[in-house]
Amino acid sequence: MSGPALLSIEDVVVELPTPRGNLRAVDHVDLSMAAGQALGIVGESGCGKTMLSRAILQLLPKKARLSGRVMFDGQDLVRLNPEALRKLRARGIAVVFQDPMTSLNPVLTIGTQLIETLQEHLGLDAAAARRRSAELLAAVGIPAPGQRLDQYPHQLSGGMRQRVAIAIALCCEPKLLIADEPTTALDVTIQAQILDLLAREQRRRHMAMILITHDLGVVAGRTDEVAVMYAGRVVERAPTRNLFKHMQMPYTAALLAAIPKLDAAPHTPLAAIPGRPPDPTRPLKGCSFAPRCRHVGEQCLREKPALTPADNQGHCYACFHPLEIAAGVST
Amino acid sequence: MATLELELAEEIVASPARRTRRLGMLFWAAIGWTVFVVAVAILAPVLPLPSPTDMDMLERRAPISALHWLGTDALGRDELARVAYGARISLTVGLFAPVIGLTIGGALGMLAGYFRGRFESFVVGSMDVLLAFPPLILALAVTAYLGQSVLNLTCILGVLGIPAFMRVARASTLTLARREFVIAAEALGATHARILIRELLPNVALPLLAFFLLGVAVTIVVEGALSFLGLGVPPPISSWGSMIGEGRESLEVAPMLAFVPAIAMFLTVLSFNLVGDTLRALTDPRQGAL
Amino acid sequence: MMHGNPTMAVRTPLLKVDNLVVEYPLGTRTIHAVSDVSLAIARGETLGLVGESGCGKSTLGRAVLQLRRATSGRVQFDGEELTALQGDALRRIRHRMQLIFQDPIASLNPRRRIGDIIAEPLVIAGVRDANKRQELVWEVLSAVGLDPALVVGRLPHEFSGGQCQRICIARALVLNPEFIICDEPVSALDVSIRAQILNLLEEMKQRFGLTLLFIAHDLAVVKAVSDRVAVMYLGRLCEVGPSAQLFEKPAHPYTALLIEAIPVPDPDVRPAEGVAVGEPPSPMAPPSGCRFRTRCPRADARCAAEVPELRPVAAGQYVACHYPLIAG
Repeated sequence: MSGPALLSIEDVVVELPTPRGNLRAVDHVDLSMAAGQALGIVGESGCGKTMLSRAILQLLPKKARLSGRVMFDGQDLVRLNPEALRKLRARGIAVVFQDPMTSLNPVLTIGTQLIETLQEHLGLDAAAARRRSAELLAAVGIPAPGQRLDQYPHQLSGGMRQRVAIAIALCCEPKLLIADEPTTALDVTIQAQILDLLAREQRRRHMAMILITHDLGVVAGRTDEVAVMYAGRVVERAPTRNLFKHMQMPYTAALLAAIPKLDAAPHTPLAAIPGRPPDPTRPLKGCSFAPRCRHVGEQCLREKPALTPADNQGHCYACFHPLEIAAGVST
Repeated sequence: MATLELELAEEIVASPARRTRRLGMLFWAAIGWTVFVVAVAILAPVLPLPSPTDMDMLERRAPISALHWLGTDALGRDELARVAYGARISLTVGLFAPVIGLTIGGALGMLAGYFRGRFESFVVGSMDVLLAFPPLILALAVTAYLGQSVLNLTCILGVLGIPAFMRVARASTLTLARREFVIAAEALGATHARILIRELLPNVALPLLAFFLLGVAVTIVVEGALSFLGLGVPPPISSWGSMIGEGRESLEVAPMLAFVPAIAMFLTVLSFNLVGDTLRALTDPRQGAL
Repeated sequence: MMHGNPTMAVRTPLLKVDNLVVEYPLGTRTIHAVSDVSLAIARGETLGLVGESGCGKSTLGRAVLQLRRATSGRVQFDGEELTALQGDALRRIRHRMQLIFQDPIASLNPRRRIGDIIAEPLVIAGVRDANKRQELVWEVLSAVGLDPALVVGRLPHEFSGGQCQRICIARALVLNPEFIICDEPVSALDVSIRAQILNLLEEMKQRFGLTLLFIAHDLAVVKAVSDRVAVMYLGRLCEVGPSAQLFEKPAHPYTALLIEAIPVPDPDVRPAEGVAVGEPPSPMAPPSGCRFRTRCPRADARCAAEVPELRPVAAGQYVACHYPLIAG
């Protein structure tokens, strides 16, 4: 990790009361990232990645209980007052959500949404804000930006809407951009374009970015570090290349193996992971992945493994029986 | 394969979603009152009550006494008995009129929402026409022409309720008719009738039922208003509304005569509203949203 | 070159689609969902149909099953002309063709018990004996890996997405159909569950001797289960060929684009930047000639003027392009 941490998540726990019991969405997570770094958070639905991003943004549902610290740029966001928090949004941390149809206001034009944000946070006047908005739309690759400013979200395609959402997120030059499954709802060719755009903007602005996804392929070429989450915990974390080449946690390896590969022959049986993710209202005593793990042992059922370092390059994993394999991605 | 079946056993045993939504005290009180009122209405003739039509001229507007538990009205009739028999009328109209709306309106709404096209436009259009009639004028016109009776009143109020039920049923059906499970039934070769009855009806029935209970509450009030104005049930049959109307004259001397039926009506309408609302909240299919 | 069905396999096809066109009005405009598509599927084969959203693949699937009436064209199932059938005759033949949907939870009636849901096809098909029905239901539930005793009495909301999809597969199999259309059956499921369901589909196909039309937008998933793959773009077929061959040596620029755009979980493979340009045009106003020409680096005037037809370029591989990547 180069330089002091821009974002530091310390022992965060998020709990939600539900009719079926207390749900622990995030279970003692520690993460940190430096300015300008790209971190990928990978996990399936229910692993807590979205709740974690909400915890960083302080946008948790009212009933949620949060403990721990979220240090951003030296300030603890959990204890910040609402006014300071509001100022921090847009200029400090910005978000791009999964579904641009619901994250954009359907009854306001694109221009209004952009200009409002610019005026609010940067104090520009209307004309300057409009010029800047058109520049931003052009920068994210929207043709004829001047016309688009007066259009409504439903008049644009999914890919275009997501570009607009990115433009709104970037308009105030945030230090950190959180992209929560930004391309899951898009076609694969549009996905490639949007991911390229995010990577390009991130490099150009030297901005930190957290890319949340369920697809290991998405993080492979576009992040500096990857954290894998399962059942509310980080189970493996490493610089990207190290993660793929020297996987330690059986879950990560199983996740990779379960993805159909384009270079495999047709009708090759897929290495499925048996069972299902655990019910978050009924946490298991030992390791959460134990019921589905091929390498499960006695200790795994009794204790929860803590994150232990594998080497001195920042690779850590939470497992009692780590794999010592190099994950051959073409097998 | 065996592993999967075993694993399923554990989690299925663990997972039946316990709907631990506590039905509050208020709900149970509402149910209690409703059951009580309906029981009294049904059993009125066999209960040890004095006759509601016996006029005791010596005891007019009498206060509460051992003989008359709620006193007597302006003509010496026992108030408690009158409230009990009034319940029969109010509940009869209140329950049967919405039934007309539920069956006819519900059926039309489901058919309109399922078949769409010109049929739907026709149904919706006709309902709009019906809604455009000022309901009170229509009731007046019909009673003037056909005469006042419990049956006529029930029919009018029933017909006036059809558009609302049609709307609820149609809205429900529209959201459901394009869901995959309906297309799946079609792909299996199910006839339209089968799809409507076995796939759509169980899903539409619950919102309709909740709306029905709210409709009962509204109908009791409307019937009460009409009877209060003298346009509802004809004397000597009396419902709570006409009792309130008659009690108006004695407000300074014996305010109980107006308040007792009013309180009875208030409690009954409130109870139906509470039960209907709770039912509607319970049948909301937003499962396990985090 | 005759304009017969160039994609017809050597064996007698179970399903034959000829010049299918599906258009429907939206307000004053028309959506050209499927434009002149012809294909054939042999008995026992899995044909994968791949394309992005708006390409018409789902519409094609529904039109084949006559759930959406085609504007023109023919669909022959085992020799019978489906477009000519109505009412009861159509309902009877429905038992031999089934459909599995994308959203497994929405595919099940939330107010009916699983046992009822799976017995429904049997009731519609006229199996009167309740015991026989129960026997068949239990048999098919075991086949998909669920314990019938624990499952039949419950409601759909008590199950996960993956389990619901198994139930949907069971419902599709209970009448022992010959042909199943799988419309994005794993897209809504988690990565680790997808592999389970795909393996299950393969197993069921072997066990019940099924013919499948597998529709998806994920190429790797399609490749894993298909014998042959057809690529669709904006209502037209671009390329058809054997799976392995098509992905190794794609002939159509769109196929190549799809392959390149897939994110590969290998950090050494740099994602190809700038490979995909533009957005798919609207199905209400498709470009003239070749519909892919607005995004194709190889397009020229001929592509705008002439609609390319499917022509053979390699053994069993057909492409609709004036300038394919492989010379035919």
